[in-house]
Amino acid sequence: MSNKEWPLYEVFIRSKSGLSHRHAGSIHAADDQMALDHARDTYTRRSEGVSIWVVRSSQIVASDPAESAAFFEPAEDKIYRHPTFYEIPEGVENL
Amino acid sequence: MYTQGLDQKDKSAPKREQLETPEQLEAFQARIDAEEKIEAKDWMPEAYRRTLIRQISQHAHSEIIGMQPEGNWLTRAPTLKRKAILLAKIQDEAGHGLYLYSAGETLGVSRDQMVAGLLSGKAKYSSIFNYPTLTWADIGAIGWLVDGAAIMNQIPLCRCSYGPYARAMVRICKEESFHQRQGFDILRVLCAGTAGQKAMAQDALNRWWWPSLMMFGPNDADSKHSAQSMAWKIKRFSNDELRQKFVDVTVPQAEFLGLQVPDDDLVFDQESGHYRFGEIDWQEFIEVIKGNGPCNRQRLGKRRKAHDDGEWVREAARAYGEKQAAKAAA
Repeated sequence: MSNKEWPLYEVFIRSKSGLSHRHAGSIHAADDQMALDHARDTYTRRSEGVSIWVVRSSQIVASDPAESAAFFEPAEDKIYRHPTFYEIPEGVENL
Repeated sequence: MYTQGLDQKDKSAPKREQLETPEQLEAFQARIDAEEKIEAKDWMPEAYRRTLIRQISQHAHSEIIGMQPEGNWLTRAPTLKRKAILLAKIQDEAGHGLYLYSAGETLGVSRDQMVAGLLSGKAKYSSIFNYPTLTWADIGAIGWLVDGAAIMNQIPLCRCSYGPYARAMVRICKEESFHQRQGFDILRVLCAGTAGQKAMAQDALNRWWWPSLMMFGPNDADSKHSAQSMAWKIKRFSNDELRQKFVDVTVPQAEFLGLQVPDDDLVFDQESGHYRFGEIDWQEFIEVIKGNGPCNRQRLGKRRKAHDDGEWVREAARAYGEKQAAKAAA
């Protein structure tokens, strides 16, 4: 058995022009080009994509779910950011 | 394609489990009960993690080993069209294995660890793949029955509480329908053919029917881990419920083909609206799981050889990759 695995890559796929890339899953590959080839063979066998991004999983910086309450807290008390916060007087239109 | 109720006890009770507080466990169960999805980095009980690692890796191994019985007929498919279809199906199975291994890896187990479990014989895979594919009709029977049973098992897994597993299952289920239909199509053509071809289809059904029913795992009364998996919403329906559903939809399809389901006790119960069927030979199931099925040794032997034969390729590719990276950095 090999003593070291090929690096892990995360795969993002744009399903068609006009849409963002979206996380599809992950694959192992020995280098970047192989990562693209494997991502194509694994995640787009039925033309699910027009563009693929791959990135080494070790390069992703992620927020910590255990800290998410505190991390996202600043947004919670700002209900005035939503249009529904404001009262619209009777008779006012197109607002 | 294929999960199975291969509920085995894990003997190593990790120490981390002892550090779990009742409050943590309760909060976790509350999230599950509220139909929240659990994601990779979220807190989860060790037993939940272990159960998922076991189930997902066994599921992945089943996809990988499942390529062998079908691969047996690739060079002997009756037409170029059938060959191309079978090749595409087998490639899907490899893909399904890969989706599942990557879902497993999110739980903190490495790909190599999972593969090592398969190669050492410690981890199981679905018992169905230890049966031989003797004729071309068996390829039809596998698609129709084995993939059909797998679909029954897998559709509810799309709503599994663990996000990465559920997402892999959504992807897999989208592809399974092609597998089942191509199998049924093989049998439909054989059944419309010569008497010899129809007999071949009947023979395949005779051999694959009971092993397909075993794919759902032991009866509910004998399924040790089921209750906990249901509470965690890893499992949504019991083994017996899914098996019944499979029989109910499959028997009319066999009738359409003009084939006889090999079960003398099979009868439609007007009152319940379900088919009643005969007793499964659980001794056979246990033997196959234990490694004494018709092809267990052959399947594992072939996988080990493929793994060993590919080692120099994996190493060469890694060495090349590291060299390119070093060059780019310089």
